[in-house]
Amino acid sequence: MTTTDLTSAQPGPLWAALRFVRRVLAAPTVGPLLALLLTMVFFSLKTDRFLAAQNFSLIMQQVMVVGVLAIGQTLVILTAGIDLSCGTVMAFGQIVMTKLAVAEGVDPIPAIVLGILACVAFGLLNGSLVTGVRLPAFIVTLGTLNIALALTHTYSDDLTFSPLPSELLFFGRTFQLAGADFTYGVVLMLVLYAVAWYALSQTAWGRHVYAVGDNPEAARLTGIKVSRVLLSVYVLAGLTYGIAAMLLVARTELGDPNAGQTTENLDAITAVVLGGTSLFGGRGTVIGTLIGATIVGVFRNGLTLIGVEVIYQYLVTGILVILAVSVDQLTRRRRR
Amino acid sequence: MNGAQPILEARGLVKRFGQVVALNGTDFELYPGEILAVIGDNGAGKSTLIKALSGALQPDEGEISLAGERVHFRGPGDARRAGIETVYQDLAVAPSLDIASNIFLGRERRRRGPLGLLFRMLDKRAMRREAARHFAELQIGIPSIRQEVDNLSGGQRQGVAVARAATWGRRLVIMDEPTAALGVKETRQVLDLILRVRENGLPVILISHDMPHVFELADRIHIMRLGRRVAVVTPQTHTMPEAVAIMTGATQSELEQALHKEGGPTETPSPDG
Repeated sequence: MTTTDLTSAQPGPLWAALRFVRRVLAAPTVGPLLALLLTMVFFSLKTDRFLAAQNFSLIMQQVMVVGVLAIGQTLVILTAGIDLSCGTVMAFGQIVMTKLAVAEGVDPIPAIVLGILACVAFGLLNGSLVTGVRLPAFIVTLGTLNIALALTHTYSDDLTFSPLPSELLFFGRTFQLAGADFTYGVVLMLVLYAVAWYALSQTAWGRHVYAVGDNPEAARLTGIKVSRVLLSVYVLAGLTYGIAAMLLVARTELGDPNAGQTTENLDAITAVVLGGTSLFGGRGTVIGTLIGATIVGVFRNGLTLIGVEVIYQYLVTGILVILAVSVDQLTRRRRR
Repeated sequence: MNGAQPILEARGLVKRFGQVVALNGTDFELYPGEILAVIGDNGAGKSTLIKALSGALQPDEGEISLAGERVHFRGPGDARRAGIETVYQDLAVAPSLDIASNIFLGRERRRRGPLGLLFRMLDKRAMRREAARHFAELQIGIPSIRQEVDNLSGGQRQGVAVARAATWGRRLVIMDEPTAALGVKETRQVLDLILRVRENGLPVILISHDMPHVFELADRIHIMRLGRRVAVVTPQTHTMPEAVAIMTGATQSELEQALHKEGGPTETPSPDG
């Protein structure tokens, strides 16, 4: 192997500028960011209500639940898995905390903790089946999706739970910033994104998550305990679904057995994929996911504002997911 | 170098898989500073031997010594901790991570002080610096240590795997068909790299099917047949057809004749100079 530089390095400021532009365009979050900007330009041209400050705080409140779900989903997808159960697990956690607090007389804080733990338990179940029995994540989480759904309906007896004690509503409360209302839940979401970014990019655990998703055999050969990494990912994903349940409760102000079953589930996966994380594992960032979740929120909000019926919003989200996955597949093919 | 102590030595290794005897009491020596090629037909037991030496499987009988001390590897982790690194043919790297991350994969370095202890923060700068130093030592040409492995050619990827092995292999490096997945030009690069690993003082066990490569690189050639070492030859004493004849059993080596006469192993040539 010679020491020659293998990039075609050519001198000149123009060349350097071109390379810089290419590098910026190749950065993983640029694509999603451009998509977000285009969407926003589109909707602000269609309706002048879109750019109002109050509309933005509304979008962020809608994004917060899906955004937190999508953190866990990102972790799972980075390991080349997928979690179809995220929405129904969150729904179950939400029912656990509200029923305990409203109907069983449990103190609000322990009720929240138990609800989150219920989601963590589902994460542990998913992770154990994926690592222990070596089942595909798709099948495991398709199963736990239905188990969580059934548990939600039996445990709640199909009742809704309200009024909720104020502790359960804390993250729905708002404060004023730059003329817009922000909820504490949005702040929590941003904090969670910062933590996830740090863990994925600045710690050895994060490297191992990428390596396991990228080439599990190579990861094993370098001494990484692949099963332990996978299990930690599913458990942490369960934790984020539990926190998302807490935020959902704070936003809707009731425990609803029919919540979080269709839109949130698909939206979380859509957010991750739109954010540039590869379904083949090993590639992607949580910052991309945050942008992806915002795109989904902007779409839903904008389509509602310009009067598109809900059923067509499903249509649009469905097309969006397939588009994003196609882009992922095409770039991957070019890379090989 | 007669009388030198082998860095890695095995005596009478036996490994059975049900009815199949993969290793039938084979011996093995690797001396400091040499490239030892291991050749043999399919099923001759060379990959079983290598797996036993790298801890990937445990022999039923026999003993292995590292620098004169008996060792028992219960897994690849044990061998790795003892300073034995392995390079595999299938480019065992994580393509989405950059070069420095691949070199330190599974052995990441954390920052000193509270950032590292409390927040488990990686010391990326130190890892990049050290990885760059190893690449310079081995004269591996790469555009940047921050480059994703994905953007590298097959030869450069295998270069990353070799550099990782050379970085962590304190005692020796095992290369299991390191060029099998590569093209002609890339193979050349990796062969040169193997020579530089030896120049840097690390002994190498090279498993290869490619006789011209074996004869170009190896100081000694360990020939396996039917689960045994039938000969150890050097490129100076034997020609390629002779080595192949011993490997396939067309001719019996002196060692093999001695084995038949005495029913036990005899002294084998050690590297000269």
